[in-house]
Amino acid sequence: MSGHSTYEPKTGFERWLDSRLPIVRMAYDSVVAFPTPKNLNYWWTFGGILAFCLGMQIVTGIVLAMHYVPHVDYAFNSVERIMRDVNYGWLIRYVHANGASMFFIAVYIHMFRGLYYGSYKAPREVLWILGCVIYLLMMATAFMGYVLPWGQMSFHGAVVITNLFGALPVVGPSITTWLWGGFAVDDPTLNRFFSLHYLLPFMIAGVVGLHIWALHVPGNNNPTGVNVKSAQDTVPFHPYYTVKDGFAVSVFVLMFAVFVFYMPDALGHSDNYIKANPLVTPTHIVPEWYFLPFYAILRALPNKLAGVLAMFGAIASLFVLPWLDTSKVRSMRYRPTAKLYFFIFVLACIALGFCGAKLPDDPVIPGVTSFQLMDADLNSFVWLSRIAALYYFAYFWVITPLLGLTETPLPAPESISSPVLSHPATTPAGAVASPEKRG
Amino acid sequence: MLRKGLALAALGLAFLAGPALAASHPKEPKDVHWSFEGPLGKFDKAQLQRGYKVYREVCSACHAMEQMSFRNLGQKGGPFYDPKYPNPNDNPYVKSLAKDIQVKDIDQDTGDVIQRPGTSADKFPAPFPNEPAARASNGGALPPDLSLIAKAREGGPAYVYSILTGYQNPPAGLTLTASQHYNPYFPGDLTSSWHGAAHHVPQGGAIGMPPPLAPGKVTFDDGKPSTIEQQGKDVAAFLMWAAEPKMEERKQFGLGAMVYLLIFSGLLWVSYRKIWKNIGH
Repeated sequence: MSGHSTYEPKTGFERWLDSRLPIVRMAYDSVVAFPTPKNLNYWWTFGGILAFCLGMQIVTGIVLAMHYVPHVDYAFNSVERIMRDVNYGWLIRYVHANGASMFFIAVYIHMFRGLYYGSYKAPREVLWILGCVIYLLMMATAFMGYVLPWGQMSFHGAVVITNLFGALPVVGPSITTWLWGGFAVDDPTLNRFFSLHYLLPFMIAGVVGLHIWALHVPGNNNPTGVNVKSAQDTVPFHPYYTVKDGFAVSVFVLMFAVFVFYMPDALGHSDNYIKANPLVTPTHIVPEWYFLPFYAILRALPNKLAGVLAMFGAIASLFVLPWLDTSKVRSMRYRPTAKLYFFIFVLACIALGFCGAKLPDDPVIPGVTSFQLMDADLNSFVWLSRIAALYYFAYFWVITPLLGLTETPLPAPESISSPVLSHPATTPAGAVASPEKRG
Repeated sequence: MLRKGLALAALGLAFLAGPALAASHPKEPKDVHWSFEGPLGKFDKAQLQRGYKVYREVCSACHAMEQMSFRNLGQKGGPFYDPKYPNPNDNPYVKSLAKDIQVKDIDQDTGDVIQRPGTSADKFPAPFPNEPAARASNGGALPPDLSLIAKAREGGPAYVYSILTGYQNPPAGLTLTASQHYNPYFPGDLTSSWHGAAHHVPQGGAIGMPPPLAPGKVTFDDGKPSTIEQQGKDVAAFLMWAAEPKMEERKQFGLGAMVYLLIFSGLLWVSYRKIWKNIGH
């Protein structure tokens, strides 16, 4: 989509169509001839993996919707019917349920990659924001999807999350009633969640289209963060990246298959195999693993409204990141200090995930009582999540803006090709010959 | 200096996030070896048959299995599968098992509720008509549906086995009512019934179900000695099968899928190396 189109219609039909709807030209320009930096590493394959995940979720989801009954009295049993009596229903459901987790594994890697290599910086801010919108839609979709089997965790998770909106002053209670379609999580809630769970993936697909469009205008970032300078820096997307992404997708599916076939319930919660009962609350309500860091931030604050605001603030911080980062150097390869803070940030996110799965008052180190500070027990998951959450926000709002002004980056290469060409070990004979002429 | 300090602090945090154990957590389920463990594990058909007998003669007095129909017993991978009858509804053994059980129906002429012998298409009948009836007959406790119990509890079939075989006399200092039974594997909080040292609340909880199994309570047709352990293990295996009847099909399918994906990935890897051979990157 950027630069001149090199598509040449070969048949009469293609010429006829090209002057009416240049759809083949668009496909050719975006997935065949599209010039892509030749130094993309495997972290860049997660975009393709995510497209695969979305497609898989939509296909399996459509089949599941043919058998599922969105009614509080039948939902749980209809899911069991899929597992027991529908041909390969167990496969379709396990692919869909584990597919959600796989989708989030891939999206988190994709986002951390963007953070590390500065893919959100100019001129890719809109690309990054569209990605954040997709992430937000994914979270809403996954949450509502988890409610549909109407197990204990589905129901009580829905109660906890919808009640969060009740913390907003003045309008809170009205919003919750409006979300529920009544005065409690009940049949109307399940019905609208099903409707929205079916709708949102198609909205995601739409925003993915915009995301790819916004990618194809400036083109891919790359591990050096240096702009593409000449045709020598790039290779056509096909066959170079179709085969590389294809290989990565295949390996990813291998890992996916281990979960689906050999531990399909490992990422779920056993309580969700108990039919929802509004009168019995599970002893320990936890969301799915991909929400745990945000759940930990929510619980880190003693005030409910503050917790809700912090949780949404954690996501909002991502949206404004392009304007918080003052560094002109994209890739952290050349920012050793930023790199260190980045890895601490990753650890903080993982620590938050751990805390989200634990009871807040349980001790982090069992049996140690010596971390008492006034009436606070610092050896508790709530305090660990406070520290990690503090770092999470500091990373975006303090460290990132200041680092760009204070750090001394390492020298970045002149162009994508130069570090490669200057390194004899990595330069096979003939590498300089224009690769874009092949394929 | 600051950087190093921060890095060390972060590393420390990562190590601290280990598992936490509070005093009142139930005991870890016993370590049991199952035939269906591992990527190639299969159900032991004889064990499933014995397990069904334990369910039918003991558990079904109080516990429903609403997801199960008699036909399931004769389906592929089920306890009474017979390759001669690909449609499990035709399996004569399953039919005879169903016929021995009375199920509720409506008389088509009078509209009265009647009892009739079951057919292979019938669901397992529930022992109680509704929840209040179940509670009234069980000292206020509700016997949970067992269709999915082996997946609906942390620890799975090992948990079921541990509960069934783990009853103990309550330790001195623990006061339980007549309808409560001490089981160290049952999750719960015994603090309110405990009169011993405050920091030594016994593990486990008070379960409403009296010890259900006894030596010789079920006679196994294959001559297996009918110990509590054997009964518990067999019924736990049966309940795992009932919770996940497609497990064998899944693992079998998985093997093919893994082999296919490995070969496919290998081919893509070779293609990738070949296509990228002359690109310096």
